[in-house]
Amino acid sequence: MAILLDRRQHGRGPERTSGPRRAVQSVLRSVPLLPAVALLAVFLLGPILYSLYGSLTDRSLTGPAAANPQFVGLENYTDLFSSPVFWSSLVLTLVFVVGSALIGQNVLGMALALLLQAASRPVRSVVSTIVVVAWVLPEIVAAFALYAFFSGTGTLNIALGWLGLEGTSWLIVLPILAVTLANVWRGTAFSMMVYSAALAEVPPEITEAAEIDGASGPQRFFRITLPMIRRAISTNLMLITLQTLGVFTLIWVMTGGGPGTSSATLPVLAYQQAFKFAQVGYGTAIATVTLVIGGLFAIIYIRVLKPEVD
Amino acid sequence: MTTTVPIAVPAAPSGPGPVRTVALASPRARNAKVAANLALAAIGLVFLVPLGWILLAAFDPAATVSIGTPDTFTLSNFTEILNIDQTFRPLWNSAVLSMGTAVLTGVCSVLAAYPLSRYHQRFKKPFMYGILFGTCLPITAMMVPVYALFVSLRMLDSLTGTVLFLSATSLPMAIWMTKNFMDSIPISLEEAAWIDGASAMRALWTIVLPLMRPGLGVVFIFVFTQAWGNFFVPFVLLFSPENQPAAVAIYGFFGNYGTVAYGKLAAFSLLYSAPVLTLYLLVQRLTGNSFAMAGAVKG
Repeated sequence: MAILLDRRQHGRGPERTSGPRRAVQSVLRSVPLLPAVALLAVFLLGPILYSLYGSLTDRSLTGPAAANPQFVGLENYTDLFSSPVFWSSLVLTLVFVVGSALIGQNVLGMALALLLQAASRPVRSVVSTIVVVAWVLPEIVAAFALYAFFSGTGTLNIALGWLGLEGTSWLIVLPILAVTLANVWRGTAFSMMVYSAALAEVPPEITEAAEIDGASGPQRFFRITLPMIRRAISTNLMLITLQTLGVFTLIWVMTGGGPGTSSATLPVLAYQQAFKFAQVGYGTAIATVTLVIGGLFAIIYIRVLKPEVD
Repeated sequence: MTTTVPIAVPAAPSGPGPVRTVALASPRARNAKVAANLALAAIGLVFLVPLGWILLAAFDPAATVSIGTPDTFTLSNFTEILNIDQTFRPLWNSAVLSMGTAVLTGVCSVLAAYPLSRYHQRFKKPFMYGILFGTCLPITAMMVPVYALFVSLRMLDSLTGTVLFLSATSLPMAIWMTKNFMDSIPISLEEAAWIDGASAMRALWTIVLPLMRPGLGVVFIFVFTQAWGNFFVPFVLLFSPENQPAAVAIYGFFGNYGTVAYGKLAAFSLLYSAPVLTLYLLVQRLTGNSFAMAGAVKG
């Protein structure tokens, strides 16, 4: 069989054999895929299908509905869509994703990438290392560090005090702002690295030519550099959107989604409903909605950017 | 994401930068450089403060939530937590979980990547799109149905079950990366082996794998780091203290022991973070300090 393997480059080779033999060969060749496919089917596809099914039952953590959940049709969804908590959580998720990823990480990441290009070498390596360490740390460690930073007697309020400004209990008064800023701190490194790599690919001759023709700095950036790295930008935007949609630990440690549900994005709300209030069916419905949103973004990403799969 | 991972492991940009500003160092260019340095230093300082808090609090006998240099430096935060229950067992559990996940994922993705990289098959394109789709899903949103699934499979509080789930969630990215690394190994070397009568699996083992060792290292470290840092999955799936990894055990310093022992929390954080910081440096070595996973986000 080994001899019949085809060359990738040509896609045809000596393996032009007859029908049934070809089919057998094709099956044999796929055998090494089996362990991966089995794992994916049980533990990734399984929960997704379970999510669709479970959201149609009244399953709970304890009591009769835990042992023998009843099929309740779309009741969880009608409850969900008529609940103000769900809609406010959807808005919070939107604020969190737009604020921390699309604006915060994206703009700050680009600014850092540009500054790194212009700065001198020691400053460049020290600052990029600090920013990257924030991203490499385990998420829960980052979350504790930021909890301390934003808490009532934390470093932020002390620094504000030096400036003569009045601090506040950020995690209680403005929890969604605190977790949004925290996620900017945590995730900016990724955008910075993507944009640094993209900027390094832009040939300096082009911007130099524009400079000689009298284009100003902002003109060169918006008319030349940005269009040349637009693919990196759209890839980055999509990836950080999906990453931010799934953020749980940071919010859970800093605010627990609270006070109440005032900083509960969809993953946090799903957890709260299922495990704090024991409404597994309802929590599963939230999970399903979140999966559908993530899935839609993923499809847009694959459609628009058409990554090569061959 | 605890699990919607950063999709690439790019390395920090620290290679030789563009030299054109140096080449024409007019006064204006020099001013621009000074301004860039100042702006970077300011941003760097803001990023440094939470990190500095961990570092200083770990050596402070009276650590609070605000950053400050300790009056006396102490190692007692470390010595007091260096016992089986608080540190060694959680770190061991983390090692078991991450190692198990990285090995299982590595083996499965090498096996899967071989036919995907070497043969033309009708299902290949849809399969790769499916894999790509899988890398994008917000796994954290799935934890409620995963919990329910684990109840039905009777796999709650099992390290094996957790390893299987963590492997499944890291497989899409790992297969994608491994296939791209494998694509870059020329097939002509294997052809010689096939002519000598080697089977496909033998060619994979003796020729392809040794050639893609750095790539495999990157995939392994990538998966290991993801599992090591994952809080949410073990938080939901493991509940007995004997099974909890460091990511969940660290929560113990926070809520359950009454007042929060910030110094110990910080000391534990340092011990827990050290391995992944080391592995990150190793990845930079393996990939020659470039935008490492360009292969992972190619396209």
